[in-house]
Amino acid sequence: MEEILSRALKEAEEAEVFIASIDETPVQFETNRLKHIQSKQSKVVVLRIIKNGKIGVATTTRLDDYSTLINDAVATAEFGQKAEFHFPGRRNLPEVEIFDPAVEKVSLKKMTELGYEMISAVTEYSPETICEAGVTKLSCEFSLINSKGGKSDFKETIFGLGVEGQLIRGTDMLFVGDHASSCHPILDTKEIVNTVKKHLKMAKRQAKITSKPMPVIFTPDGAASALVLPLMTAFNGKTVLEGASPIGSKLGQQVFDKSISLWDDPTLSFRPGSRPCDDEGVPCRKITLIDKGVVKHFLYDLQTAAKAKTRSTGNGRRGTGGGLPSPSPNAFVFNNGDTKFEDMVKDIKDGLVVESLMGAGQGNTLGGDFSGNVLLGFKIENGKIVGRVKDTMVSGNIYQLLKNITAMGSDGKWVGGSLFMPSLYISNVSVASR
Amino acid sequence: MPDIKAIGEQLAEIFKKQHADYIEAHLEENYTTGISYRGKQLESIGKSISVGGNVRALIKGGWGFVSFNDLDNLKEKVSLAIRQARFVGKEKSLLVECAPIVQNVKPRIKQDPQKVSLTDKKQMLDEYNEIVWSTKGIQTSVIGYGDNHKKTIFINSEGSLISQEKADVTMRVAAVAAKDGDVQQAGLSAGSRDDFSAMTRLHKKVAELAQTSVDMLSAPVIKGGEYTVVLDPILAGVFVHEAFGHLSESDFVYENKQLQEIMTLGKTFGAPILNVIDSASVPGLRGSFKYDDEGISSTKTYLIREGKLTGRLHSRETAAKMGEKPTGNARAINYRHPPIVRMTNTFIEPGNCKFKDIIADIKEGVYAKSWYGGTTSMEMFTFSSGETYMIRNGKVAEMVRPVVLTGNVFKTLMNIDAIGDDLDMNQGGGCGKGGQSPLPVSNGSPHIRIQHCLVGGK
Repeated sequence: MEEILSRALKEAEEAEVFIASIDETPVQFETNRLKHIQSKQSKVVVLRIIKNGKIGVATTTRLDDYSTLINDAVATAEFGQKAEFHFPGRRNLPEVEIFDPAVEKVSLKKMTELGYEMISAVTEYSPETICEAGVTKLSCEFSLINSKGGKSDFKETIFGLGVEGQLIRGTDMLFVGDHASSCHPILDTKEIVNTVKKHLKMAKRQAKITSKPMPVIFTPDGAASALVLPLMTAFNGKTVLEGASPIGSKLGQQVFDKSISLWDDPTLSFRPGSRPCDDEGVPCRKITLIDKGVVKHFLYDLQTAAKAKTRSTGNGRRGTGGGLPSPSPNAFVFNNGDTKFEDMVKDIKDGLVVESLMGAGQGNTLGGDFSGNVLLGFKIENGKIVGRVKDTMVSGNIYQLLKNITAMGSDGKWVGGSLFMPSLYISNVSVASR
Repeated sequence: MPDIKAIGEQLAEIFKKQHADYIEAHLEENYTTGISYRGKQLESIGKSISVGGNVRALIKGGWGFVSFNDLDNLKEKVSLAIRQARFVGKEKSLLVECAPIVQNVKPRIKQDPQKVSLTDKKQMLDEYNEIVWSTKGIQTSVIGYGDNHKKTIFINSEGSLISQEKADVTMRVAAVAAKDGDVQQAGLSAGSRDDFSAMTRLHKKVAELAQTSVDMLSAPVIKGGEYTVVLDPILAGVFVHEAFGHLSESDFVYENKQLQEIMTLGKTFGAPILNVIDSASVPGLRGSFKYDDEGISSTKTYLIREGKLTGRLHSRETAAKMGEKPTGNARAINYRHPPIVRMTNTFIEPGNCKFKDIIADIKEGVYAKSWYGGTTSMEMFTFSSGETYMIRNGKVAEMVRPVVLTGNVFKTLMNIDAIGDDLDMNQGGGCGKGGQSPLPVSNGSPHIRIQHCLVGGK
């Protein structure tokens, strides 16, 4: 690393070297049985330079040819954006626990057992269900040095497991599934299996729904699939800087319902979204985005923050392919509410539970519009879930819906590793069905 | 640069001494350039080199797979893949028979994007961006451009050694218009397998899309419900890819009796006017190739012929297990992933209706154009338009906001009752499956009319 840095500095005023090494072992099950074991090792080196005041960047997987890396960075710097920032010097990083050596020690045998445990629990409950399952362990190391003396290096482990069941009758298909991840090994499959069994049970009967605005409960997974993506874009400092964020000019204003608070929180112990610093070496911290409905902060990397005349929030993240960092959430954490899911259901005479909405992220997400097909959802009749609905679309605008919510669930859960979400009960949502 | 061909030959020697039912390896050198704009300024420009490979082994029906960047200790990597496969394998390995192929496929590249200078690429994108910004009412623009040039070596334990080379270039230009806190966007996606110059002639289309995004601000939201919908070739292509194409990928079907019943060959899926094809052997499209990632020659597969299911897409394993012919559809996005069954160039064959006749007897309907996205759960699909108009009394009428269309695949295919004569291929898409995205594919269709299509709205 030092060698690349010192050679790059012969060409440029400032330089930064970032290395990500990932070692991943996915164990995959298809059609109720073990099918595939993989081992994926990768190492990516990213060189970012500031030359003549402009940013250049190059990425390589080759550890034997730094000359091309440096040449490519220099070539792109000719056209690159003007650097509005300097690389940060050495900073104290917060202690964030994200490494557990026990993850690497989980044997293939144990991983296989976990997979079969999930599959047999589901198929015992519902013998016609065909399951896919996955159990994955991952360890990674991120290292960074820059010409201002900035230096960071940390390791992370992630363990994930999930199961998806498919039940087909005629051309009627039902998909149910759940997934969990942690920086610790997850050796208990009960929670995942129970969710899947619960959904299988609720979907046993089908129910008809009529097209009209109605009360809808978005479960944590349902809310994640329908409502969260537009928010991630809206709180991105870059979107704000361009004037394209619907909430960009609303700092300090009440935009959402009072019961909603949201943080970007990379400091939680042993959560896969947590980390001591971002991919630019800036220390991570908990950032309040929404406080009781009031917009408080946006997410920034170094360059965007400098342009917006503010400070980086430690959200400069690079994609898996390397390249330049860009503002991105570390871990979106919503506040847990105080209403039990069951009580929300009891409150509804004629409504819908959305567990999964397909295709919601395809529309005009920038403006907050969403519209999707209910992949998994249930009809509520007189305070009871009566069956699964199909051929149904839910649509709306998240800013209009989140302005006024009826209740926030006390059932918050991690969805997809780095989003903590409770159920949301919204009284008036557009539902179309045939 | 390490000589990946020599490494391939080394691996071929190592394979000879192993005890496995089947072993293969992929080696790859990939050169990428990415340029993006957000707003008036160039946002990022970067170059990237990726060199790596993988080994995949099959023992008693179980697969092991090892991917890596460093090309040392190959023997160890091979034995790890074999150990994994042995751990998994409990049944019988089944792969469709095929003769080994030793070939150095000559690249057919018209204008290699890697040979175009950064200056020229930037010049082109600057022009497009200026067109967007010269449109009144534009809030911002987003442009993403990427190209790559890839060399691959495929080796297997049956004696195949294939080297291939290809280029790929994609671009998306999106214009964002805003007024009074309301934000609308319109975009265009373009791509080419072998010709950078295909990216350079889009000035008129860029101007149109910028105007569309502004016009959309004053367009009303459609009332949700069932409509007769006419899709333009781009959106119809996305529809056939999403709604039907994924169902014909045999890895979903080959071990699933229930799905096999649904996908029985000969079953009626649509009206006799409906013909659907997947073919990687059409030259020059983004999903085109000579050999797939299992070394199988590309083919042309009729998935639906005259409304009846006639074929499906296979890997060597799915073909063997279903007792059907291989189709050469095993593809991996790169060396970090094993090949899985994927589409290539998927399209509805043209019929003989003129566009004006397709809309002539629609009293109130929707004309959905251009593409925003699409996804499927096999039974259900959703896909979204980029630009939408009402059809009233047989004519294209006022613009409405973009719509999400959704439905049941089986019913919807049956509801296609008119197919145009104007086939056009959409080269700007990428397909995602099993964590591998975006894979270069193309899809296309003529204009088609669908009865009783569910449209999301107010």
